[in-house]
Amino acid sequence: MSALFEISDLRISFETKRGQLHAVRGVSLDVGKGESVGIVGESGSGKTVMSRASMGLLRGKRVIRSGSVKLEGVELLTMADNEIREYWGTRIAMVFQDPMTALNPVRRIGAQMNESLIKRLGMSKSEATKRSLELLELVKLAEPASQIKKYPHQLSGGMRQRVMIAMAIACGPEILFADEPTTALDVTVQAQVLDLLEDLRKELDMAMVIVTHDLGVVAGHTDKIAVMYAGEVVEFAPTRELFANTKMPYTEALMKSIPRLDRQKEKRIPVIPGRPPDPTEHNPGCSFAPRCQYAQQKCRDEHPTLEDAGGGHMYRCFFPIGGR
Amino acid sequence: MAGTGKAHLRDSGSAVLRVEDLVIEFSLSGGVKVKAVSGISLDICEGETVAVVGESGCGKSTLAKGIMRLIDTKSGSVNLLDTDLAQLKGEDLRKIRPSMQMIFQDSISSLDPHMKVNELVEQPLKVWRRGDEFARRDKVKELLNSVGLDPDVVGERTPTEFSGGQCQRISIARALALEPKLLICDEPVSSLDVSIQAQILNILQDMKDRYGLSLLFISHDLSVVRSISDRIVVMYSGKICEVSTANALTEHPRHHYTHALISSVPIPDPTRKVVGALLQGEPPSPVNPPSGCRFRTRCPAATDLCAAEEPQLREITPGQFVACHHPRS
Repeated sequence: MSALFEISDLRISFETKRGQLHAVRGVSLDVGKGESVGIVGESGSGKTVMSRASMGLLRGKRVIRSGSVKLEGVELLTMADNEIREYWGTRIAMVFQDPMTALNPVRRIGAQMNESLIKRLGMSKSEATKRSLELLELVKLAEPASQIKKYPHQLSGGMRQRVMIAMAIACGPEILFADEPTTALDVTVQAQVLDLLEDLRKELDMAMVIVTHDLGVVAGHTDKIAVMYAGEVVEFAPTRELFANTKMPYTEALMKSIPRLDRQKEKRIPVIPGRPPDPTEHNPGCSFAPRCQYAQQKCRDEHPTLEDAGGGHMYRCFFPIGGR
Repeated sequence: MAGTGKAHLRDSGSAVLRVEDLVIEFSLSGGVKVKAVSGISLDICEGETVAVVGESGCGKSTLAKGIMRLIDTKSGSVNLLDTDLAQLKGEDLRKIRPSMQMIFQDSISSLDPHMKVNELVEQPLKVWRRGDEFARRDKVKELLNSVGLDPDVVGERTPTEFSGGQCQRISIARALALEPKLLICDEPVSSLDVSIQAQILNILQDMKDRYGLSLLFISHDLSVVRSISDRIVVMYSGKICEVSTANALTEHPRHHYTHALISSVPIPDPTRKVVGALLQGEPPSPVNPPSGCRFRTRCPAATDLCAAEEPQLREITPGQFVACHHPRS
């Protein structure tokens, strides 16, 4: 079975004053139908650029792109503007981190929701309003009838994120990208929104890609996880396999540096020394080598390729934990 | 939840900071008053880290600003080393400021982008005329070294050249320049990546041991809070729900809100069953809080008593204080 969504060797660079900034350096990834994939990485790891490029949103003159992004075999990366617009919303949709800036502050919720239904699905205004109410009920927003008359600033962060999700699923996309969907929310509200996304995915049989910096968020809600570092996927595995049988030293270090409520309190939290590399610089070796406790000379000289450990577990390391 | 009371305060002799019945009120348009902090009491002993956790809008940052007297308080007292800050004004207040310092969430914008790192860290020493030029220069070097920065490398640069984590290190060095007794940290690691967050938490721990600081740590993140604090205060809608040692509170929460808060923290372990959201809805508006216990509108155990009477903080097991009529067993 071929994957619903396939990224292969995607590379994205930006022209900047300081030279070319390589944000994504050869990412390959696939998402099956109805599958849920987590993309985890720290700031600057390229996770957001990768997801936006996958949506076909990065299209300026200063963006240098190569590789391919395919939805059911159709190339999205080089698609013309008017063609890809037909895909947005109906086949591929996105939920952003900050629902306040993603919503138009001077238009009522109802009007914003109706827009895509009228334009994309050709509904009449009354049909669209009816559907909007159904969608808001689907995302469990309390009292939808009164909410559609409100402006975004009159809703709380959690409610706004529910509206954003309702808008994203309005035209029945096959794949939903959620870029840090809960980062701006409080923990109790975050738990509600994660539950909601999980329910919707199952109910609508929709594939989902959750982009986040928080391993905790994806651990309980995904089938597979890709860990990104310095523009590359350094480890990609089924979720349980990734945690049970971590291969990549970066993934291990990341897991250890999170203070955890379910473990004994440690006097000192293990840290990853240093910080991620500058994306304008080119490093011949492994990008994590300068911070890696297991690094050897080979790691500094040669760039590791993605190795297959079997069972869909890929990693990018010469000296993986537990051996090859 | 949402209780008042002072049962959890310890002997006043041992406390560096002792806040009693603090109320902070804001005026809204139309003469409406909103109590952001509604009768909070807490104390911090020497060398202790006390954390205040709660969700957005619970009043935790307002509480920190009120203690620092960055905003005016309506009633109650804030005793720092036996001086009531709430009563101080003008020059008297200014004179006590060196003994309490604060670091903020957004470390980049809390540093003047036009000043060099050396100047930033030296500024408090200059303002307070501590030592001569040479002594100050040595002190700046010592401070930068202690937060893990190389003074020769960073000293002549400006904050714009640094990342959030490094700016937070500079903020810590600057805050410690005057050797304060109390350091208030308002969400100091919330905007940092996990690998950097751990570095900053360890630095705060080192600084505490080295300078004998007391820390008031404000955060929304319970896992971060547990890793650094001795005692945790849980706030909801301007009131305290539960106060206890960090381990007791996270391992055996007695208040329903604390329990829900802990269950909501996502655990990076896929073999654990996801509990899902225990709480529905969102915190009440502080403009028009519910009667009695403020948590009752979302509480699974609420009864008529909770609407009629506000629970007081009481010691439920030694060292664990809960403001609830029907605490969890």
